[in-house]
Amino acid sequence: MHASLFITCYNDTLFPETGRAVVRLLERLGVALEFHPEQTCCGQMHANTGFRGEAFSQAKRFVRLYQDAENVVIPSSSCVAMIRDQYPGLFDELGNEALRKEFAALLPRVYELSEFLIDRLGVEDVGASFPHRVTYHASCHGLRALHLGDRPFRLLAKVRGLQQEALPNLDRCCGFGGTFSIKNAEVSSAMLAVKLQDVISTGAEYCTALDNSCLMHLGGAMHRQYAGMKTIHLAEILASTEASPDGGVA
Amino acid sequence: MTTASARPEIDPVHALPFPQAALPILRNPQLRKNVAHATDVIQAKRAKLVAEKTDWQQLRSAASAIRAHTLEHLGAYLEEFETRCTAAGGMVHWADDADDARRIILELLRQENATEVIKIKTMTSAEIQLNPALEAAGVSVFETDLAELILQLGDDESSHIVVPALHVNRSQVREIFARRMGLHNLTDDPQALTAAARTYLRRKFLAVPTAISGANFLIAETGSVVVVESEGNGRMCLTLPRTMITIAGIEKVIPRFQDLEVMLQVLARSATGERMNPYTSLWTGVTPGDGPERFHIVLLDNQRSSILSRPTERQTLKCIRCAACINTCPVYRQTGGHAYGSVYPGPIGAILTPQLMQMHHAQSLPYASSLCGACYEVCPVKINIPEVLIDLRAQVVDQEREQFGRIFDPMYLGMKIANFLFARAWRFHAAQRLGRIGLRLFTGKDGWIHSLPSLGAKWTQTRDLRGLPSQTFRDWWTARDQQSTREAK
Repeated sequence: MHASLFITCYNDTLFPETGRAVVRLLERLGVALEFHPEQTCCGQMHANTGFRGEAFSQAKRFVRLYQDAENVVIPSSSCVAMIRDQYPGLFDELGNEALRKEFAALLPRVYELSEFLIDRLGVEDVGASFPHRVTYHASCHGLRALHLGDRPFRLLAKVRGLQQEALPNLDRCCGFGGTFSIKNAEVSSAMLAVKLQDVISTGAEYCTALDNSCLMHLGGAMHRQYAGMKTIHLAEILASTEASPDGGVA
Repeated sequence: MTTASARPEIDPVHALPFPQAALPILRNPQLRKNVAHATDVIQAKRAKLVAEKTDWQQLRSAASAIRAHTLEHLGAYLEEFETRCTAAGGMVHWADDADDARRIILELLRQENATEVIKIKTMTSAEIQLNPALEAAGVSVFETDLAELILQLGDDESSHIVVPALHVNRSQVREIFARRMGLHNLTDDPQALTAAARTYLRRKFLAVPTAISGANFLIAETGSVVVVESEGNGRMCLTLPRTMITIAGIEKVIPRFQDLEVMLQVLARSATGERMNPYTSLWTGVTPGDGPERFHIVLLDNQRSSILSRPTERQTLKCIRCAACINTCPVYRQTGGHAYGSVYPGPIGAILTPQLMQMHHAQSLPYASSLCGACYEVCPVKINIPEVLIDLRAQVVDQEREQFGRIFDPMYLGMKIANFLFARAWRFHAAQRLGRIGLRLFTGKDGWIHSLPSLGAKWTQTRDLRGLPSQTFRDWWTARDQQSTREAK
């Protein structure tokens, strides 16, 4: 099976280890991966801040770049939610018929990572080993826009040595919200403080998620507060094996 | 005492932008605990009662369909309501805006020679700032809803559309009642507090012949008005006074009496976590020997027609004011209602208020959300609040595009630059490299950034940021590609 990796702008820049883990994981599962060098951003930041025209130009680029891909895999639920929930409205308002048709044909082949593993590849046990206590943070987009449901928990359940710790108030936002964390930095920080209490109360060593955006927020506060806890993208856990405990991505 | 020292500003024309208004509240432990506790309790009750309805999602769909259908044919249903209500002896008045509505109500009170009015809780009257206008005209206003009474006596403002005094706890209530009612031995026992309010209000119920109410629904088919409440104060206001004046937004109409079957089920469960609210009053015009002898209803537009004309924003008017979105909102949970500087706080306020203000005020409200989507998930009439928020943000940005000096706004400039960079991969790649060099200055020995200038300081005030890795994913992939090509040779 072939898949094209849309790494996303902030993973490319800030969390390349997540991209490397996705490559290692999917190649281990026999997927032939490609990386389109012209890719940049899905447009979510612009759309959610109110810059519709700018978001439209990123959205159009995305469709043009991936129209021939067999599958598109994206290790970020909020970017997938942008494509599924916001592209249609942008294309209705600003696009033409040809673009809408290309998008409609592409959309069923766009997958968030856990969707790709479970729904497309049909695997839950990816052969991973990660002997640590881990709590899963459900990002709002994964939870409410993509309805990922128990997919991440099923993947984690098959990881050797991993002990899952349930996170209280799982459905409550961490307060990141993209530019919300800047425009409303103080309210965002108050939400973060509450979320962090829940995360720390699990006693886990790692907090994982399918969005590095939430993890950047939580991890930034953990580091500031010497909380003795780390964040890790789910892809990096799934890429880890007994032979390469750090996922071979460090 | 820790009750608000200054009266909160909830007029969007004068209120501070949301981020600034939120600051003192975030530092107020009493208020934050009160809000978190109250919303947690209501949410838990709601969740339990929604879970027991196996057809909840169908009920939501039905409620959403009724409201959407009504808005599609709003003009016809309003005319039908007017005809039926008039035929039953009610007087229907149309108000274009808040000014108009206040003028109509003051004129009606003048005809009644009223110097006092008793009121059932109505958000619409707060929207048109009726109480200050009545007081200025020499009419004394007595709120009869317990929470509204607490706020009125405490010189405070509503912070929630269903539970207006949610930010006040009972020891604060005791202090207000003791001071304003002269009951110095009052305890903070809930029964003692409600008994004090009952005695205080009973005198007004028996003496004041003019009442003002809002409406939860207007029924086109019968010309009836529906008010739901929990304390019986509404029932008293509908039984004793000679004259009732109701103020209602034009969107409150529903087509048929039978639609109440759906609407009352979703409203009570969503609003207070009850199967049925304790008092549901319906009246149709006037009935000799039963209830008020004179009934007036003021139907308020106040920008609703203009909201109706916008395809995405129109859904805002489906709202039945249950506040489920407010109770579930993680932003509201931290700030309470006063930070919104609006009669309507929380997610619904963040979309409704700027539109009522024709986007001239309250432009910070569409940004007062992390777009987590919890509001949409619980909304009993399926208003896609995040979608409307994003649309309103686009309207705010389009206003800014017209402004001279926008280029000096770091957020605006950043967005324009980012768009330029994202348009070509080589530009983005170059920016990544430049960024790495630039940020090295701010990166500590541990590889983390603890302090950034300008907008970045907003991030680093409470969070660290890991320094930029030495290799982007793109660089790693390219290097790996070249290596495997060499190895293949």
